[in-house]
Amino acid sequence: MVRRHFILRVTTKLLMPFILMFALYVQFHGDFGPGGGFQAGVIFGAGFILYALIYGVEAAEQVARPWLIRIVMAFGLLLYLGVGYLGMVLGGEFLDYNVLSSSPVGGQHLGITLVEFGVGTTVAATMITVFFSFAGRMRRRSQPEQ
Amino acid sequence: MIAAHLPVLQIVVPLVAAPFCLLLRRGTWAWILSSIVCLAALVIAATLLSQVLESGPISYELGGWAPPWGIEYRVDVLNAFLLLIVSATGAIVLPYARRSVAHEIPESQHGGFYTALLLCFTGLLGVAITGDAFNLFVFLEISSLSSYVLIAMGRDRRALTAAFQYLVMGTIGATFIVIGIGLLYMATGTLNMADLGARLPAVGANRTVLAAFAFLTVGATLKLALFPLHFWLPNAYAYAPSVVTAFLAATATKVSIYILLRFFFTIFGPTFAAEDITLQRLVVPLAVIAVLVCSTVAIFQSNVKRMLAYSSIAQIGYMMIGIGFDTVTGLTAGIVHLFNHAATKGGLFLALGCVVLRIGSCQLDDLAGLGRRMPLTMFSFVLGGLSLIGVPLTAGFVSKWYLVQAAIEQDNWLVAVAILVGSLLAIIYVWRVVEVAYLRPAPEGTPAGGIEAPWSMLVPTWILIGASIYFGIETSLNVGVASAAARFLLGVAG
Repeated sequence: MVRRHFILRVTTKLLMPFILMFALYVQFHGDFGPGGGFQAGVIFGAGFILYALIYGVEAAEQVARPWLIRIVMAFGLLLYLGVGYLGMVLGGEFLDYNVLSSSPVGGQHLGITLVEFGVGTTVAATMITVFFSFAGRMRRRSQPEQ
Repeated sequence: MIAAHLPVLQIVVPLVAAPFCLLLRRGTWAWILSSIVCLAALVIAATLLSQVLESGPISYELGGWAPPWGIEYRVDVLNAFLLLIVSATGAIVLPYARRSVAHEIPESQHGGFYTALLLCFTGLLGVAITGDAFNLFVFLEISSLSSYVLIAMGRDRRALTAAFQYLVMGTIGATFIVIGIGLLYMATGTLNMADLGARLPAVGANRTVLAAFAFLTVGATLKLALFPLHFWLPNAYAYAPSVVTAFLAATATKVSIYILLRFFFTIFGPTFAAEDITLQRLVVPLAVIAVLVCSTVAIFQSNVKRMLAYSSIAQIGYMMIGIGFDTVTGLTAGIVHLFNHAATKGGLFLALGCVVLRIGSCQLDDLAGLGRRMPLTMFSFVLGGLSLIGVPLTAGFVSKWYLVQAAIEQDNWLVAVAILVGSLLAIIYVWRVVEVAYLRPAPEGTPAGGIEAPWSMLVPTWILIGASIYFGIETSLNVGVASAAARFLLGVAG
């Protein structure tokens, strides 16, 4: 793809693990500090988008397969709703975290962590899908009509 | 145990089905799942309505957080009625969807289509059920964003520009609503709508509250396409897939009208809207113009779907006239018409979907001779048209009867005359279709014999058209609930 831009390629490879790690930090530290699922998802997705910008969409799709991304996208929302339903099944209201664990405080921690993880995965997958569909449009246009 | 959770199940049952539809790549499975879910939602809505009629409003605290701090789902007569309208439309339209969607949308997009439809369905139900102003905005965005996607899936390339136009206008509307909600939060420090209603009188009509009122009114009227903010609607309805047009026409604008009712009567209170703002002088003239202008414009359309879209804007005008009067009769008329028009217009668009399936077009000239070739479909269209005009023994007559009564109560003869003129204009545009379909011969070279639509599409069409006749004769459900809702909104006992 961008064969000549040596610096960009190397920097991207160096930055990738830090971007993804920072996303996970924002994700799981969101319980105690600023952050949370949405921001983490955007950062995580941005890592993939950067990779796709430099190495091409095909290369990024080797990891983030469209069918896999689709499953992850649905999984996040299902996890969120699953926690909600679980609260209901365990005798509380919908999304009641108190009943998830033996103590209400533990339940609140567990509940918010799971729900935010659901948000994070769905947001990351959606960001990647949005980018891939726009980038893929150019690719499809350059190919002859099927 | 389940009975206590019905308010939240109303929302999360369709919501949880949406990601499953995304995973089920095969369209048929997604269709089966969505149909089951919509039927379940209808059962829940019917149960909720009967519970509310029996024992008063139901409140549900999400996550166990008590209102006004937590999000509350609050079901009263008005929104239980709305929930019934939306979920009944979903449950009737979805069985119809399979053949129509297979014909109009590429196979690979079916999973996505049903996902978006379910999300839109969830959003509309959520707007209706929530008791929290900000939550209402979130659900409004869920329904709006998914409806932009649904409209863009139309076969015609113009569907894309129509969806984009709707996106721009809809986003402005939603932004205005969120600004209004923000201003109210600034003035009162609460987002719970019942709590807002309790606190606002103490704050009084200061500038912040007035600005909030203005933003909320303009935002909601944009979403419900009140003249002159209706320009997004005709194209969006005309180029969307048939199923989507029928679903949105029966639900989306109705839910927006509900938003306006909620803001006006629950949050600001009936006296604020009537006395401080003189709602009647603001809304009624615009609504009358909508009736007259858009009915006239409908006469000159060559695309029947577009014609019905303009007619929808005119019908929204009728509802807004009723709401603008701010009396029990007026509000009853507005809410009854909301129900009746959902059935009538939904049925008419479904009938048009049958036509599109068979002849691939809804241009007026292409309908020539269809009265013989598709007798059942065209006859349902005629009956729906009669209800649109407001012929006695149809639902349209009932709502116009109450509306004219409300106008006469106020000695507002001009409005009463305008309503009758609107009906006369409706005769003209409905007659144009009847004339072409029944009196004009089919073009040369068309094969003889009927091309009637399949039963899976005819039955839903006839259920809605049948409802628009049935509720014109037996009015205890629609008028009874609507007048209960009107009295509830105005705080009148009985």
